[in-house]
Amino acid sequence: MIKVSNLYKRFGHLEVLRGVNCHVAPQEVVVVIGPSGSGKSTFLRCLNLLEQPTAGEVVVDGVNLMDPKTDINKVRQEVGMVFQRFNLFPHKTALENITLAPIKVRGMTQHEAEEIAHNLLAKVGLSDKAHAYPDQLSGGQQQRVAIARALAMRPKVMLFDEPTSALDPEMVGEVLAVMKDLAREGMTMVVVTHEMGFAREVGDRVMFMDEGQIVEEGTPEQIFNYPQNERLKVFLSKIL
Amino acid sequence: METVISSLPVLLLGAVITLQITAISVFIGCILGLMAGLSRLSPKRVLRFLATCYVDFFRGTPLLVQIVIVYFGIPQILRDIQNILVKAYGFTPVFENIHPFLAAVIACSLNSGAYIAEIFRAGVQSIEKGQMKAARSLGMTHGQAMRYVILPQAFKRVIPPLGNEFIAMLKDTSLLSVIGFEELFRRGQLIVGATYKAFQIYLTVAFIYLIMVILISRLVDYLERRLKTSD
Repeated sequence: MIKVSNLYKRFGHLEVLRGVNCHVAPQEVVVVIGPSGSGKSTFLRCLNLLEQPTAGEVVVDGVNLMDPKTDINKVRQEVGMVFQRFNLFPHKTALENITLAPIKVRGMTQHEAEEIAHNLLAKVGLSDKAHAYPDQLSGGQQQRVAIARALAMRPKVMLFDEPTSALDPEMVGEVLAVMKDLAREGMTMVVVTHEMGFAREVGDRVMFMDEGQIVEEGTPEQIFNYPQNERLKVFLSKIL
Repeated sequence: METVISSLPVLLLGAVITLQITAISVFIGCILGLMAGLSRLSPKRVLRFLATCYVDFFRGTPLLVQIVIVYFGIPQILRDIQNILVKAYGFTPVFENIHPFLAAVIACSLNSGAYIAEIFRAGVQSIEKGQMKAARSLGMTHGQAMRYVILPQAFKRVIPPLGNEFIAMLKDTSLLSVIGFEELFRRGQLIVGATYKAFQIYLTVAFIYLIMVILISRLVDYLERRLKTSD
């Protein structure tokens, strides 16, 4: 579903990604872990070109994103993204947040889009919040609406950029639960997170990034119980 | 005192004309300013360059100079061109002069547009970067994201500075007196010319401006509060 080869990203002199190679199979849940500043989020944003890579190749669902002829807006419709800080549109209700892109980008009728939105709100457990504005919702609720908003485009892949890092601890669970459901339904997911419990339980594969490279990857079992790389061992000893 | 009272109707009509020209200019200025402000944020370099030239010129030169260029300068050039054409092709001249009202609208709108461009640019830039990212991640184009996500939020934030621009323009329209456009101040001048009561008349003129400015700033405050509660 996703194939990344030799991905480089530089900000001026700072080299954030230094030759990342990976692939993600359909329906696979890949969890990316690593210390802050290791390039995880930049890597994720390169997968939908919110960040323009300096060099390398990113192929999503058979489309080469680095090809100048590629319509990136088209690709982004197939790749949902959930942000650390939710980024809901504050001037729109939860329902309108979800229906906006399907109506304006996919060209759905309002009726169709709202039907989808109500189903998604039910799925994330917020049916009663359809007409609430983002600032009337808790962080966890906002993030669940943000997930529903991304799902409304019926993406083939979902990217999660530290989706629980900005949440109060008691709200982390509700968001992770939604993500688990999604994984169970067979959604292809790439998740950057510090939630090791989630990585262990839901991840098909875990990738450990450090200093702009993927230094070790494997099943959660391998990564957490039998780490090989020294830096990974140090990282795990600090957080577990 | 009698002079003041007897000239009040003339001055108040002048105040209406002042309000009119200000409202028209700021309205057109909003359209120009939106286009120029968005162009300054556009990914296209040519647009950015053109908009920057426009904004720099009209913010960097005095409104008074802009007014006389539009009223005296441009018509002269047009007449010169017309003369050449008349000589060459022998048709009857049609263009004589530009109407002061038209010159006033053109000069003030262009000037206002430059300031409003900066207001819109700042308003758009004040919206959190994540909003654009979220909109783009959903497959919206830059234009769609602006239109449906960024601008509706930015509009609320530009209400107070737009109000300030309106007030500034209201006062600056007194400069239109140099082209004989009979707004409030010009009418005051004419009355002073006839009555020699400079102190009383100009003080009255000042008070009329002051009352208009106070009323408008109250109106802007009210609008701002209403928009805040509608969030």
